[in-house]
Amino acid sequence: MSVLVDHFDVFASGFWLTFQLCLLSAVGALILGTLGAVMRISPVPPLRWVGTAYVTVFRNCPLTIVFFFAAFGLPSLGSNADFLKIPGLSSIFSRLGIDLPYFRFAIIALSVYTGAFVCEAIRSGINAVSPGQAEAARAIGLTFTQNLRFVVLPQAWKAAIVPLGSVIIAMIKNSALAGFFGLVGDLSNGAQNLTSALGEPIIPVFIGVSIGFLIMTVPLGLLLDRIERRRAVAR
Amino acid sequence: MTTGEPLIVLESVNKWFGPLHVLQDVNLSIDGGEVVVVIGPSGSGKSTLCRAINRLEPINSGTIIFDGQPLPAEGRGLAKLRSEVGMVFQSFNLFAHKTILENVTLGPIKVRKEKPAAARDRAMSLLERVGIASQARKYPAQLSGGQQQRAAIARALAMQPKAMLFDEPTSALDPEMVGEVLDVMTSLAREGMTMVVVTHEMGFARHAAKRVVFMADGQLVEQAPPDEFFGSPKSDRAKDFLSKILTH
Repeated sequence: MSVLVDHFDVFASGFWLTFQLCLLSAVGALILGTLGAVMRISPVPPLRWVGTAYVTVFRNCPLTIVFFFAAFGLPSLGSNADFLKIPGLSSIFSRLGIDLPYFRFAIIALSVYTGAFVCEAIRSGINAVSPGQAEAARAIGLTFTQNLRFVVLPQAWKAAIVPLGSVIIAMIKNSALAGFFGLVGDLSNGAQNLTSALGEPIIPVFIGVSIGFLIMTVPLGLLLDRIERRRAVAR
Repeated sequence: MTTGEPLIVLESVNKWFGPLHVLQDVNLSIDGGEVVVVIGPSGSGKSTLCRAINRLEPINSGTIIFDGQPLPAEGRGLAKLRSEVGMVFQSFNLFAHKTILENVTLGPIKVRKEKPAAARDRAMSLLERVGIASQARKYPAQLSGGQQQRAAIARALAMQPKAMLFDEPTSALDPEMVGEVLDVMTSLAREGMTMVVVTHEMGFARHAAKRVVFMADGQLVEQAPPDEFFGSPKSDRAKDFLSKILTH
């Protein structure tokens, strides 16, 4: 087990990079998923079709294929995902702004894939809001967008938060794939270097990687339990 | 009391739910300031009639004119029209995640773009008027049914509507809370608000209505001032209905 101590820096920096990837992808997935859900319930049929098509494609495609298209498809289309070089964000998340695009590709793959599941979780939350709420909002003259923003979505979020948490936990675990699609230095890539390049024993290294993931997923799970219990009391 | 000018006009309105013909060639004209109570057996289409007036229920044929304008199609125009027609529901439908005060100010701030401070002041005086100012900071679930329905009336009034629609406002209430809601409605009627009230409260119909409209099987069977309607109903359908509800 000495590898955990000797190469602590590899695990620590790997954890930090995986954490950044998960944070940014979670934000991306929540934005995409919310947009998708709004499209799927909108009164405009073409928007509904787009939303449904998005969910159907990305919920049913293996994540590996999505990563594959992001890491090899985007460059062959001439894109380095430079639109993710967001000035303010790049100064905090330094990998976002560098020339090598694989961190950005990983964010795209994870966000787009997870967004499809987020969309369905939010849509189920929207369905849990009683139709009378939206009706009352329409009756005082709120437009469709105002109705969603001020009345329906705030309540849908509350109903969706526990399933959403499960989706995000799954996404954190899925982020382990990024190291195999060009991302250098995250938890899984760091582990692979330790075992194959430096010949460190596999089992201790993977215990280290698992600890890294558990540090993110277990507190999130506990937080969700607490939210759920608090809601049960509030009812 | 009434302005003598029609505010709400329904002309040969038809509505189907699948094969069910719920509004059959309905013609009705309501003057500004008039209080019309719609009664009838359940399933007669009275709620649908009420909900058609602000297009919560779209109609299949015919025209509905509000304040001189036919109801616009879904969109901004319709949202504006709805902001001028207050609606009170059987199940209150207060926004569950907002306090009573926020429920009342949401429309004025977001739809009418009023200043929050001004909207709050007016909301508080409305809540004062319906007798629940002390509950302003609470959430709907913390209030009794009667208080919730009075808050819903305040929410509708906050938009300064030209007319108010009441869709069975007391049907979901415990008996001892019916009175407090009807009191608020009666005072509104006295002040000259144009009101369409779908209800089973015959007492309210007698003393607050200017006209009683009796509906059965999707048709307007009979309409008359309350004394005349309750004293000497003309149609057999109305006689039958009244004998059933007034014998107890």
